[in-house]
Order: sequence, then structure tokens, then C-alpha cells
Amino acid sequence: MSGHGPEEIKKTIRTYLMVLGVLIVGTIVTVAASWIHFDSMAMTVGLALLIATVKASFVALYFMHLIDEQKMIYAVLGFTTFFFIGLMVLTIWASGDKPVNTVFP
Amino acid sequence: MEVPYTVENRPDTGLYNAKVGIWLFLASEVMLFGALFSSYILLRVGALEGHWPTELLNVPIGTVNTLVLILSSVTVVMAWASLKLNDFKKFKMYQAATVICACMFVLIKSYEYRDKFTHHDVVLADGMRVDGHLVEETDEYIILSHPVSYPAEKGIGYRPTAIKLAEEEAKAHGDGHHHAEDRKIMLSDITKRTTWGPWANTYFAIYFTLTGLHALHVIAGALVIAYYWGPGSKMWKTNPEQFTNRIEVSGLFWHFVDLVWIFLFPILYLL
Repeated sequence: MSGHGPEEIKKTIRTYLMVLGVLIVGTIVTVAASWIHFDSMAMTVGLALLIATVKASFVALYFMHLIDEQKMIYAVLGFTTFFFIGLMVLTIWASGDKPVNTVFP
Repeated sequence: MEVPYTVENRPDTGLYNAKVGIWLFLASEVMLFGALFSSYILLRVGALEGHWPTELLNVPIGTVNTLVLILSSVTVVMAWASLKLNDFKKFKMYQAATVICACMFVLIKSYEYRDKFTHHDVVLADGMRVDGHLVEETDEYIILSHPVSYPAEKGIGYRPTAIKLAEEEAKAHGDGHHHAEDRKIMLSDITKRTTWGPWANTYFAIYFTLTGLHALHVIAGALVIAYYWGPGSKMWKTNPEQFTNRIEVSGLFWHFVDLVWIFLFPILYLL
């Protein structure tokens, strides 16, 4: 976070409290969304992850100050995002290598 | 020898060293949890419809724990903001509130764990499966409270349906609310017996792995925050800028712990 003057910090505190409200509402929406029944499990998982991503974005942008950071941090996060997506995509891609409709005990 | 760039920013990165360090560490943490998340999603999406265990966790308790962690994320950033405003008393208050929230989270999680470790799951010789909390155990029998019973061949994914059917049957018989009586089971009738620990099934294995790893992070973060609330806070008198940076770095770790839980809660409790 670049600006650290008292006035700016006071303004930021108001933002923190607004983000708290957003996160509480987001949690309620997450629970409510779980009551919606989709035919596809991928759709259900996708919606849950979408809401979680929105909530996580607020935490990262405002609490972790990513909305106003140095290029170095964005570079680190850019690489992390690239490898994280790679990890997810490769794992899900590998689902074709296991028997479908696995029955768990 | 003085350690450089603990307060002032390095000209090349524009950041003090500890901040670069914590972000690199958090990047490695993303990959650690990412590997476990992707494993979970692969198993969940690939499971045969109706065979993945659902509704085994207490959603209201999980929701409360989510709110506790969200609140702690606010108190931790408010502690840092208080130092920026030169208000050490408020810093102490917010830092203590964060530690209290962390303790609450761990206590609630411990309660949930205990609940699962005392939940017994048995398969009987007649092909039925019964689960419930252990009330009494002797050399000849066990007694389970709030038992849920269904054919073992249907798998644990059938459990919520069995509960609904029992409730509908109770309503049909005029009972307002279904409440199963404690069930006595002779040990000689049991062919398989386990508890809802990580060994019970794939779901509990990944549930305990993910939440256990997350709980370790909560405990580690809480210890650091507690240290800077207590003995570590002496640094405020000698080097306030470096102390404020340390609080920011510990706060960044704490927000990451909150971020992980934001994803863990829906996938483990609600799907």
C-alpha cells in the first residue's frame, strides 16, 4: 500500500468495515446457494467456487492491499496464478485416466 | 551488522525485504493448498451420483467459524491501521481480539473433530448399516444415540435420503419430529466397525487433511500474533516503523489463512 497518511488510513478503515459487510453477506449467499439443486455436479462446484472467488478477491484487494501494490508483488502473483491454473487444469485433465463413476466406500 | 531494508524500501523492488519474503512464502502456500484442492475437486466431480458422502458436517457451526475467521481478518488489519495512526492502545485491543477469534476457531474445530471421532459406523450381519454417537460400550454390546440406519450396499451417500425417509415415516405416524431412540447393538451382530475419522472413507480422508493443515496454519499464525501482542510489542518503543512492518507481514499471513477457509467452507460443508 503506497499512501499511509493518517487521513488516508482513516478512509481505509471505512473501506475495511464495508468489506466486512460484503464478506458476511457473501457467506450467507454461499449457504443459500447450496440449497439450489443443479443436475450437473460440475455446475454446483463451479457456483460455489465462483462465490468463494468473489469473497477471496475482496480480502486480497482490500485487506492484503493488492489494489495498490508494487509491481514486484504482482509479478510474484502472476507466476503463482499461472502455475496454480496449470496445476488445476492438469489435474482435472487427468480425470480421464481413472475409471469413471468411481464408487467410494 | 545491521540487516538492510527492514524499514526502508529496496530501490529495485520498491518494498522492504520482509514483504517480498512473505509474498514468496504465500505463493508456495497457494501451490500446497492448490494441490489438495485440485485432488478434492477431481474426486468430488468424478464420484458416482449419490455415492459421495454429503450432509455429514454441521453447516451452522461451519458458518459461525467462517464468520469468526472473517472478523479476525478485520481485527488484524485494524491492528496495523492503529499503529499507522500511532494508537498503540487500539493496536493492543485489536491484536488481542484476533487471538481470541483464533482460539475460538480452533475450539470450534476441535468440537467438530471430537464429534466425528465419537461417531461410530457399523455394518451388521443382516446387511444393514447403522451410525450414531457411542453412548455405552461393554464386552457384549454398544449403544448408539441418534442412530441412522440404511442398507449397507447403498453406500454412505444414501444417508441423507435415509434420514428424510425416516422423518416422512414419523410424520405419517403422527409424530411431529423424527427422533430415533438409542439403539443397542450386539457385538456379535457387527461385521465391520469404524468411526468417522480420516480412515472412514475418501471424503473424511481429504476433509481431515485439508482442515487439519489449515488448523495448523491458524495455530501458527495465532502464536505469532500473540507474540507481537505480548513480549514482541516492546519493539514499538525502540523501532516503531519496523514493528509496524512486522505487524503488516503477520497480518498478510493471517489473511491468507482466511482466504483458504473461504474456499474450504463451501467445498467441504456445502457440496
